[in-house]
Amino acid sequence: MEPAHLDRTVLPEAATLEAEPSTPPAQDRKRPFSVRGLAPYGYILPTVLLIFVLMVIPIAMVVSYSFQDNVIVQRNPVFTGLANYAEVLTDPVFLTAIKNTFIFITLSTIAHLVLGLAFAMMLNTGLLSGLTKAIFRVVYILPWLFTIAVVAVIWRLMLDPFGVVNYILTTIGVLQTEVNWLADPTTALWALTFINIWSGYPFFMISLLAGLQGISSDLYEAAAVDGANAVQRFFNVTIPQLKPVLISMAVLDLIWTSQQFALIWMTTGGGPLNVTEMLSTYTYKQAFSSYEFATASASAVIVLLLTMILAFFYVRQLRER
Amino acid sequence: MTGGSTRVQSRFRRLLGVVTAAMVAVAAVGCGTGMSEESTGTSEQGEQGPVTLEFAQWWAPELPEGSFQELMTQFESQNPNIKVKLLSAPYASTKQQLVSGAASKTLPDVVGLDGAWVNDFAKQGAITDLSALMAEAQYNEGELASQIKVDGKTYMIPVVNFVYPLFANEDMLSKAGVKEVPSNRTEFLDAAKKISALGGNVKGWALPLDTAVPNGIQNDVMSWLWASGGSMLTQDGKPNLTSPPVKSTVEYVKSLNDADVIAPGSLTMKEQDKVEKFTAEQVGMMIDSLAHITLIKKNNPDLNFTVAPIPAEDAFTGKRGIPYASWGIGIADSTEHKAEAFKLVQFLMSKEANAKLSTLANGFPGNNTAEPDFSKSDPLFKTAFAIYKEGYPANEFVGLPKSEELMRTFDENLQLTLTGKQSVDDTLNKTQQAWASVI
Repeated sequence: MEPAHLDRTVLPEAATLEAEPSTPPAQDRKRPFSVRGLAPYGYILPTVLLIFVLMVIPIAMVVSYSFQDNVIVQRNPVFTGLANYAEVLTDPVFLTAIKNTFIFITLSTIAHLVLGLAFAMMLNTGLLSGLTKAIFRVVYILPWLFTIAVVAVIWRLMLDPFGVVNYILTTIGVLQTEVNWLADPTTALWALTFINIWSGYPFFMISLLAGLQGISSDLYEAAAVDGANAVQRFFNVTIPQLKPVLISMAVLDLIWTSQQFALIWMTTGGGPLNVTEMLSTYTYKQAFSSYEFATASASAVIVLLLTMILAFFYVRQLRER
Repeated sequence: MTGGSTRVQSRFRRLLGVVTAAMVAVAAVGCGTGMSEESTGTSEQGEQGPVTLEFAQWWAPELPEGSFQELMTQFESQNPNIKVKLLSAPYASTKQQLVSGAASKTLPDVVGLDGAWVNDFAKQGAITDLSALMAEAQYNEGELASQIKVDGKTYMIPVVNFVYPLFANEDMLSKAGVKEVPSNRTEFLDAAKKISALGGNVKGWALPLDTAVPNGIQNDVMSWLWASGGSMLTQDGKPNLTSPPVKSTVEYVKSLNDADVIAPGSLTMKEQDKVEKFTAEQVGMMIDSLAHITLIKKNNPDLNFTVAPIPAEDAFTGKRGIPYASWGIGIADSTEHKAEAFKLVQFLMSKEANAKLSTLANGFPGNNTAEPDFSKSDPLFKTAFAIYKEGYPANEFVGLPKSEELMRTFDENLQLTLTGKQSVDDTLNKTQQAWASVI
């Protein structure tokens, strides 16, 4: 009975679908500019317009600026080819910014993944009671609730030479004297990276927790029956099951962290001695401090190209999924 | 039924698509029409009805709520054909908006300006020559305390000036055995050492050298030079950083650093950190804007402090320069209402309005004849006004091209010196070279 019922409901649709291809082409040939033909374009027009106005035009303008001499501040800029790119790529501060950005985003992403996964597994474990997990869930997610401005202010105060961190570390004997975490050239980049890790791990934790909750318990049971211990289950069940999420999150985090500006600007401003200068702060300073909009544009285009490489891997990963 | 339903859905979708496309087209045309109507409308209004001036500034948020709007209402009542629309935002946002507006030639009619921006905006042709407007309006320039010029033409008029004297915690000085606020460099170093010797995380002085906003170079470093009558520029306006007075200043700052009397963390310290440390009694002395007196007293009502002239070189007896920042005003070159805009400038620079605004802002008037009312203000403002009158306002970064970049270059090199990576001579030579390519 069931198959017959299904056939009855499906057949008319199929008949319609089969019948339609024979007539519409004839109609299209007769009326090539019909309303029906325009309808799909109508649907996508608002999006296309928005993308064109908000993305294509600004990007095109920045790219064109990067090939001219000092645009905006000079009334008649002229085409200079790749001169701005040569200037930016030979600027020692830009090269320092690339190095710092690489360290910053790599460490941040790795730490986000490790911490996020560790906390997610803790919140997913059956060893803790529901109440305990709920409390930790709130505690762990707190950094994500603060805006970057608040994060910057909190950590500036805590990492002040006379702040809480130094007080604790000197009291328990880890440090002999106070450290200028954000003002000492030897520690500033690591301190800044630490702040970024602290503020960003909850997003990973939430996403990976969702991923963990989607893994069938059958897989773990089967692995246990096969004699796999906890570590083996982690590497042979958990990680392979989370792999698509992990890769997507990692690539997205690389892109997002490379664009981090507010936190850097509000904590160290790229200093001291350029040890926390990133591509974002370098570009900003070129534009809004030096009024060198052409070199700022060249720098921005380089950042765009680097980000597009990451975006390529992200899109490829999505397609594979 | 199913086929009919599909056709109905298909038609509906088609109709929806057409309607959406039509709406987008109408909206696009509508936007265009609206914008053009608005711009021409204002133009027509200029001839027939009231003109609306847009005035972008960061002043209103820093004044008592509604007080600046009251001044604008007063202006509108005196000029019934002119309306003022205030575009108020904090300083940093205003700066970014004006930089973008200058780039796209869409500046509001009247703009609040910082002296550090003037040269660049003027060179871009974004702000207009006020000298011509003053001549046209037969304005008496003699009343103006100062004018910021580029190539001999005025582009900014300082409306209110905020001076940066020395702030000293009197209780801390007394506890350290220092009887008077230091008046020369030797006394200052001695006082700073004694305060630092008090212990308990207390230091003598704060030096904010954050490179994101490098105005510590202007307010906290070059102020020592100007207080001794020195200059960082030659007579024809070129950089003169290798001169003995500048070298003496940098060496003095280095000596303070070497004596360990500067609050730690100075390489990334911001201006607000400096104020917080002084308020929290973590530093005994600082050079700061008078505008912060109210904030300091609000956050620490028990703090016993005073203001004094910035210490000069020991043998110096001349007039002392005192650093200042201004709320300046300028007019967009692209505005169609220059005459009306200048009326607003005239109003703000008039004796009464300027005195009122200065009183509200706890600053000093840009009009020589205006007398701020200190009767309801903190007595320290009166003290500071006396210091201001005895000396002269000094800020050589005002009007220079890319002044923030100049400060940053100096800042980065000074940081190298303070961290022992570069000699004072190398710092000054390298900065001189960098500045010479800009100025």
